[in-house]
Amino acid sequence: MADISADFLGIKSPNPFWLASAPPTDKKVNVLRAFEAGWGGVVWKTLGSQIKNVSSRYSSVDYHGSRMMGFNNIELISDRPLDLNLKEIRECVRLFPDRAMIVSLMADNNRESWHELIKQVEDTGAHGLELNFGCPHGMTERGMGAAVGQDPEIARMVVEWVMEAATIPVITKLTPNVHSVVPTGRAAVQAGSDALSLINTIQSVTGVNLDTFVPNPNVGGQSTFGGYCGPAVKPIALKMLTTISQDPVTSRVPVSGIGGITTWKDAVEFMLLGATTLQVCTAAMKYGFRIIEDMCEGLNNWMDEKGFKTINDFIGKSVPTLTHWEELDINYHIVANINQEKCIHCGLCYISCEDGSHQAINLSYGNPYNTYAIKEDECVGCNLCKLVCPVDNCITMVEQRKGPEYLNWKEFQRRGLPLNDH
Amino acid sequence: MAVRNNRLSAEEYERQFSDIHPPFETHDAALVEANRCLYCYDAPCTKSCPTSINVPKFIKQITTENLKGAAHTILTANIMGGGCSKVCPVEKLCEGACVYNLMEEEPIHIARLQRYATERAIAEKWPLFTRKPSTGKRVAVVGAGPSGLSCAHVLAAEGIDVTVYEKESKGGGLMTYGIAAYKVTPEFCEAEVNFITSIGGIDIQYNKELGKDITIDQLLSAYDAVYLAFGVGLTRQLAIPGEELHGVTDAISFIYDIRNSGYPSVPVGDKVAVIGMGMTAIDAATQARRLGASEVTLVYRRTQQEMPCTEAELDIAKLDGCKIIWLAAPKEIKGENGQVTALVCEVMKLEDPGYGRPAPVPTGETFSLYVDMVIKATGQMPYERMVNCYALDNTQGKLSINNSHTSKPGVFAGGDCVNGGKEVVDAVQAGKDGAKAILQYLFKD
Ligand SMILES: Cc1cc2nc3c(=O)[nH]c(=O)nc-3n(C[C@H](O)[C@H](O)[C@H](O)COP(=O)(O)OP(=O)(O)OC[C@H]3O[C@@H](n4cnc5c(N)ncnc54)[C@H](O)[C@@H]3O)c2cc1C
Ligand SMILES: Cc1cc2nc3c(=O)[nH]c(=O)nc-3n(C[C@H](O)[C@H](O)[C@H](O)COP(=O)(O)O)c2cc1C
Ligand code: SF4
Ligand code: SF4
Repeated sequence: MADISADFLGIKSPNPFWLASAPPTDKKVNVLRAFEAGWGGVVWKTLGSQIKNVSSRYSSVDYHGSRMMGFNNIELISDRPLDLNLKEIRECVRLFPDRAMIVSLMADNNRESWHELIKQVEDTGAHGLELNFGCPHGMTERGMGAAVGQDPEIARMVVEWVMEAATIPVITKLTPNVHSVVPTGRAAVQAGSDALSLINTIQSVTGVNLDTFVPNPNVGGQSTFGGYCGPAVKPIALKMLTTISQDPVTSRVPVSGIGGITTWKDAVEFMLLGATTLQVCTAAMKYGFRIIEDMCEGLNNWMDEKGFKTINDFIGKSVPTLTHWEELDINYHIVANINQEKCIHCGLCYISCEDGSHQAINLSYGNPYNTYAIKEDECVGCNLCKLVCPVDNCITMVEQRKGPEYLNWKEFQRRGLPLNDH
Repeated sequence: MAVRNNRLSAEEYERQFSDIHPPFETHDAALVEANRCLYCYDAPCTKSCPTSINVPKFIKQITTENLKGAAHTILTANIMGGGCSKVCPVEKLCEGACVYNLMEEEPIHIARLQRYATERAIAEKWPLFTRKPSTGKRVAVVGAGPSGLSCAHVLAAEGIDVTVYEKESKGGGLMTYGIAAYKVTPEFCEAEVNFITSIGGIDIQYNKELGKDITIDQLLSAYDAVYLAFGVGLTRQLAIPGEELHGVTDAISFIYDIRNSGYPSVPVGDKVAVIGMGMTAIDAATQARRLGASEVTLVYRRTQQEMPCTEAELDIAKLDGCKIIWLAAPKEIKGENGQVTALVCEVMKLEDPGYGRPAPVPTGETFSLYVDMVIKATGQMPYERMVNCYALDNTQGKLSINNSHTSKPGVFAGGDCVNGGKEVVDAVQAGKDGAKAILQYLFKD
C-alpha cells in the first residue's frame, strides 16, 4: 500500500484531495459529512463582506447524453454571516484535526479589511488561507476577485498586505481569465505568497434557450457571464498549471491543482504536471462526497502498480516532457495501423481521415461491411482515426522514423531541408 | 375438445394481444439508446434495409431533438417506416447488421427508435410532405397494400393524380389483414394509411376488385399507366385426404378473421396443429395460443436449419409454449362426424439431391397428433389464373417484370405479386421502384 498522504507547506492531510472553495464547503454540516466520507481537506467557501445572491444560479453543458460536461455559476462568495462561518470552521477543525482546513478570503480592497479578516480567521485554528483573486463575476464590479487577479500589480499589493498579517501559510488562487496566469502568479510569489492554486472558473455563456432566447442561467429574463468549470475545463487548467510549473519564479512554491477533476486519473494528471494537492468542486456537486472513495483507492492502486511510495515520487514528473514546438523531433514519424480482427467496420476512421485529415484510408466496398486499410504513404500520423475509432486498440500508431537522428525545427531550417512533403 | 370462440375474458384477450415490442416510454429512454449509436459511415444498417433508410442520420436527429427531421428522414425512404418499425424482421435486416454485433454487444434498437420517431408524426399528422402541382397525368394502382400505397405516395408527391382500387374495405393490405395482431393494431394501420394519403392526390376506391369490378383494359383506357400491387392470394392446398373436414382452415383466413372481426369471435381448437414453419405459420400458431388453445404444435417437413422464419420468430413461438416437430409431413387428416380428430404425419429424413437445399423424403414411419384443429400455412398462391387471363408474363403466377414494367406496355407491378411473398419493407421498395419507372415512362421525352 502506497502512502497517499500530502504535506502542503506543513499542512497535512491523509490524502491529497481537498474540496474546492464552493457550496460543498460553505457550512459545517457539509464539511463534516465530507470529512466523514474521507476528504483530506477543504477550502472553506470564500469569506468577505456580506453579499446577496440571485436565482437561478447554475447552468451546464450536456454532451452526447452525458449531463454537466461543463458547469457554470453566477454565485458570489459566502452569503452567510461571517460570525457563523467562523464559529463553524472552529468546530470542524476541532472535530477533525487531521484534515486540512484552508479558508478562502476576499476582503474589501484595503489593507485594514484584509488584516481584520485574517486575524478573525486565524483565531478559528484554520491551517491555511487561500486568497480568492479569481471569482469572475459579481465581485469584480466591486474591484475584487478576478479584478485583482487580472492585474499583477494589484495582486502584488494585496498579497503584501496579507503577508503583513498572516501567520499561517497563504495560497493565492489564480484566475484563468487572463492570457497567461504567470504574471499574476509571479507577482504573488514575489510578494510572499507561500503557494498557488489554480484555476478558478472561466467566464462563459453555456448556451441560449431556443424558446425564450435568454442565455443560461435565466434570472428573470436576463442572464450574466458565469464561471465555467467541470470536466470541460480540465485541459485548460492543465495547460495553465504547466506554465506555473515551468516558470522559474512560480515553480518555487507548491501548487494546489483545480479544474475539472472528477476521477483519480484526472488527479494524477494534475500531479504529474506539478500539483501537490487537488481541489474538487463540480464532481462533488454532481455526485456527492462519496466519489472520494474511488479517488483514494484508484490513486493507491496506480501508485502500487508504478512502484511509487509517496506522492512526492511523481509530482511534476511530466513537466519536462512538455516542451516548445520547435524542440519536437521532426524525424519521429508514426503511421496508423488497423487491426482487421478487431475492426467492426463502422467507417468512422475512413470518413474522418477522408473529410477531416489526409485521405489516407482506403475503402473497399462490401455489403454490408466495407473493409478499411491505411495508405501508409499518405498517412501523416495525426492520430485522428485512432481517436475516433470506437474499438480499444483497434487502430495503433506504428513508429516509422523518417531518419535515425533527433532533428528539430531549428536544425531542420538551418540545414535548409525541403518543406511541403504533403 | 372442440373448436370454439370466446375462450377468454376481455382482459385476457387484451393482455394476450398487447404490443410485443413496447415503445420507449420517455424521451430520455430513447435518448440513452440513440446516444449509443456510433453514427457509422456508409452504415451497414442502411445497406441492410431494403428501402435504404439513413439510419445513423435519423438516430442522430433524435439526439438533437429534431424529431420532425428524424421522421422525415425515415418516411422519405420508406413511407411505411412507422409500420415497418413494428413488423420488420429487423434481426435479419438493419439490427442484424449493426456493428455492435461484431463487438458481441447488443445492437442498437433501431426499430424502437424508428417507432419513436414516426409514431408521433403519424398520430399528430405532421405535414412532412408537400405535393407538387398536378401534372394532369393519371395513374391507377391496384391494391392498397404496402406496395400500392408506397407507389401512390411517390407518384402523388410528383403531381400525378392517383386512383387506388382495393377489393377490401380497408387499406394497408396484409399489414391490416395478415400481420400478427400483437405487432400492429387496426387503429395504427388505419392511421398509417390516412397519413400516407394526407399528401393529397390519392383517391382510394374501396370494394373495387380487379377482375370483377374492373379490367386492366378499362384501366389502361382511363389512365396513363397502371401499377399492379395485389399481393398473393390463398394458402396452397395440401392435397391430402381430410382437407375438407370441419376444423381445417388456412392461416391467412384464420389471421384475417383475427384482424378483422375481433378476438372473441374467432373460433380456435383446444389442440391445434399448424403446418409449416414460415412467418405465417408462426403467426398462426402464436395467435392460436393467445386465443386460448391449450396445445399448439408446429409441424415442419425439414429441420431448423432450413426453416424460413427467423430465430427471433421461432423464439416467440417457443415462448408462447408452442411445440415444434421437425421432419414431419402431413399425410392425412382424420375425423369423426365431419370434425377433425387427428393429423397423421409421416416421419421424414433429409437427403442431398445434389443441388439446392436438402430434400425431405419419407421414411415410411408415421405418427398421429390428436388435434381438433389443423391450420395450413404452407405458403400462399399467387393469382395465377387472373394474371394468365390478362396475358401477363409470369412464372407460376408471379408477375415477370423488367424495371418494374410487366409484359404489357403501360402496366407496372411490384410487391408480393411479383416476388411471391416477402416482407412489407420489400413491397414498399418495390412501390418506390415502380413509381420511378412509371415517372420515366410518363415523361420519357
Ligand atoms: C400471415 C402473414 C404474416 C406476415 N408477417 C409479416 C411481418 O411480420 N413482417 C413483414 O414485414 N411482413 C410480413 N408479412 C408479409 C407482408 O405482409 C407482405 O409482404 C406485404 O404486405 C406485401 O405487400 P403488397 O402490397 O405486395 O401486398 P398485400 O399486402 O397483400 O396487398 C395487396 C392488396 O391488394 C388487394 N387486392 C388483391 N387482389 C385484388 C384485386 N383483384 N383487386 C383489387 N385489390 C386487390 C388486397 O386486398 C390487398 O389490400 C406477412 C404475411 C403474412 C401472410
Ligand atoms: C457554485 C460555485 C461556487 C463557487 N464559489 C467559489 C468561491 O466562493 N470561491 C472560490 O475561490 N472559488 C469558487 N468556485 C470555484 C471552485 O472553487 C473551483 O475553482 C472551480 O469550480 C473549478 O473546479 P471544478 O472544475 O472541480 O469545479 C465556485 C465554483 C462553483 C461551481
Ligand atoms: S493517422 Fe491521420 S492521416 Fe493517418 S490514417 Fe489516421 S487520420 Fe489519416
Ligand atoms: S474506426 Fe476502427 S472499427 Fe471503425 S472501421 Fe475504422 S478501424 Fe474499424
